[in-house]
Amino acid sequence: MKTTARTTVLNLTEEEFIHPGNRACSGCGLSILYRVGVKALGRDCIFVVPPSCLTVMQGLYPIAATQMPVLNGTFASTAAIATGVKAAMRRLGRETQVVAWAGDGGTSDIGIQALSGALERGEDIIYICYDNEAYMNTGVQRSGTTPQGSLTTTTPFSGKSEVGKDLPAIIAAHNPAYLATCSASYPLDFHDKLLKAKQIKGLKYLHVQTPCPPGWGIEEHMTVALGRAAVETGLFDLYEIENGRMQLTGPSQQLLAKPTLRPVREYLELQTRFKALGDAQADALQAQVDRRWAGYRDRFR
Amino acid sequence: MSNPIIESGNVAAAMAVQLARAEVIAAYPITPQTPVTEKLSELIAAGKMDAEYVAVESEHSAMAVCIGAASAGVRAFTATSSNGLLYMSEQLHWAAGARLPIVMCVVNRAIGAPWSVWNDHQDAISQRDTGWIQIFAKDHQEIVDMTLKAFRLAELVHIPVMVNYDGYYLSHTYMPFEPPDAEHVDAFLPAYTYKHALTPERPESLNTVTLPDARLDVDGIKRGGYMDIRHNLHEEMGKSIEVWEEIDQEFQALFGRGGHPVIDPYRCDDADVVIVAMGSMANQFRVVVDRLRQNDGLKVGILALQMYRPFPSAIIAEALQSARHVMVYEKGLSYGNQGALYGDIKSALYPYPARPRLHNFIAGLGGRAIPTESLYQTMKTACEQDLQTPSAQADAPQWIGLQL
Amino acid sequence: MPDPRFKVLTSASTSGPGDAGRTGSWRVERPVIDMSSCIPAKTGKHACHLCWLLCPDNVVSKEIEPAIDLEYCKGCGICAQECPVQAISMVPDADFLEGADSE
Repeated sequence: MKTTARTTVLNLTEEEFIHPGNRACSGCGLSILYRVGVKALGRDCIFVVPPSCLTVMQGLYPIAATQMPVLNGTFASTAAIATGVKAAMRRLGRETQVVAWAGDGGTSDIGIQALSGALERGEDIIYICYDNEAYMNTGVQRSGTTPQGSLTTTTPFSGKSEVGKDLPAIIAAHNPAYLATCSASYPLDFHDKLLKAKQIKGLKYLHVQTPCPPGWGIEEHMTVALGRAAVETGLFDLYEIENGRMQLTGPSQQLLAKPTLRPVREYLELQTRFKALGDAQADALQAQVDRRWAGYRDRFR
Repeated sequence: MSNPIIESGNVAAAMAVQLARAEVIAAYPITPQTPVTEKLSELIAAGKMDAEYVAVESEHSAMAVCIGAASAGVRAFTATSSNGLLYMSEQLHWAAGARLPIVMCVVNRAIGAPWSVWNDHQDAISQRDTGWIQIFAKDHQEIVDMTLKAFRLAELVHIPVMVNYDGYYLSHTYMPFEPPDAEHVDAFLPAYTYKHALTPERPESLNTVTLPDARLDVDGIKRGGYMDIRHNLHEEMGKSIEVWEEIDQEFQALFGRGGHPVIDPYRCDDADVVIVAMGSMANQFRVVVDRLRQNDGLKVGILALQMYRPFPSAIIAEALQSARHVMVYEKGLSYGNQGALYGDIKSALYPYPARPRLHNFIAGLGGRAIPTESLYQTMKTACEQDLQTPSAQADAPQWIGLQL
Repeated sequence: MPDPRFKVLTSASTSGPGDAGRTGSWRVERPVIDMSSCIPAKTGKHACHLCWLLCPDNVVSKEIEPAIDLEYCKGCGICAQECPVQAISMVPDADFLEGADSE
């Protein structure tokens, strides 16, 4: 059930697949993911990318930052385009991995219909959602996964009033071949989950929390620290679901041994997007995390 | 030469797709197109056709699947109608801008609201500016032949092609036609290859954000910007007319059918009055033309327009030069203005000194019956009035068969 | 195959560095590594390399003495923040301008 591969910083390949000097913001969490993730995928893959930060990051015509083939497509159709590319690979007798790589808006909002269809059909693709919890490429508007209380340019004064979608749970309800949550702050965990996904037939969904300095209101050097805080406070859990069974993985699994987690306020207070969050809301969030983790301890310890 | 068979228009289309060896079929049901995708699923399940059949969850995704497959260098097909076509509108623009040679049958149907499952041309007309080549078949034989020729055209000019035929009038009626034999089709339609096909051996990033201005690539070679790419699409769409004519000649040499790929005139040579129409209505007019000539001594002809986009302005203007009156009948319009085809024909004739007078008729919206008798009567009345008492050019369309 | 009379222009990009130019110019502070405390540099063995792993922009080398490609380093400072022995400090780029000392 656990991630079987164990890549370390020492044996991770030095081969790079993404050119420097691209248009990602300084300190971009997606850049870390993308750079390390593609090392697991290798060169025999084709990316399908909808409008997102990745569209900009991977180059403006006629220069591409990515050294692998990329098909840019419309916002709502990522999983369907990937379906078409994969069907073509089968016709051509090729094992090439087809990897859809979309943001949270492109996945949880406008792209969910195409993704749901691809899940239902059991398409043999890898779908990666890098979740930076708002429409960052268009300048930080609320998305389906934006957490409650978060300030965005469309929830400007008191923050988003609704609770964000639990997208992995929606995906899990489709019984995908493999589902994993990951964090940009743990790129090796992401790398190894991708290695595992490559070996599995059917739709593999990886949901990656991806801190965004301009969108979250953090300093550029805090990207990795922030993602780590999300995991260590128990707000964002790393897990896998295979054959319907959920298992905490890596850093989140290690937290099971601890009697208490870091308080959620340590995570919230590092970000200006939670400035409008009141004490009562922070307490409610803490209570929610405590309840979930009490459940985890009962189940997994 | 194969023996004629009697089948529906939708089955004729599916047979053409089978003969064309399309490799990826994206399928989503919508009336009256559904039997095309049903037939294809049957052919594949029965082992009579070797293709990937993807039952998608929307028309938007149907075109997405075709975009993905064609970008990877594999022949792709889908079919739709009406609101389905509109739902994939964004993808139509995308497929054309990406220069993907996708072929799609559009079984023409009215657009909601209100709901109507019956025929008119508003679906296709509303998508005329997507950068797709749009051709219209007027009988079952043309559905088969045009669909096969559409694959050839799309892959030669790298522009997607929409094969239109009328819902119910053609899709669901059973008519005799000759299916081309597979051996000749293979000679006519070689395998599809694409220079930018997605492959790890030659990695490229397709449809990347493209700047307003030209920019140097990694080898220092200047590459045009968005406008240059779009200009090339426009130019090459125009040049596709000539290629379509060449394909028709090749097809004729192999299968013995063809000769009128762009416009199909019937008794137009000496005609004072030329009717212009697309699709099955153009065939219906042949009877009307015969009656007007025989009973009323009116020199009338019917010009069927087979290719709507790119608009063959020069060919049409030349064909209409000697007419005194041109009557444009159409099953769609640009609301608040006039018939879209009418506007196009008027604009095609504008540069010529001797312009016929033009008349616009809107007919058959949402499946309103177009009895041959009423076509005959409206034509007879119009001819008698206009030919004797020339009036000023009236742009307002006349609606045929209103029941207010 | 397309008809040779047709150019078929599309937006098909090929890969290369510096799509956004020399992104080192975005930087206001640059990472400076103190090799006397950097773990691999100090021990002479491959170890740690977190700065290489976590660099968003692929500008840190995985060498015993890590090198930083200042042409493209955007100066985010993640390497300095994450270095377990605080061997990396962020120093204003202005200090490295020619003649900075004499002003």
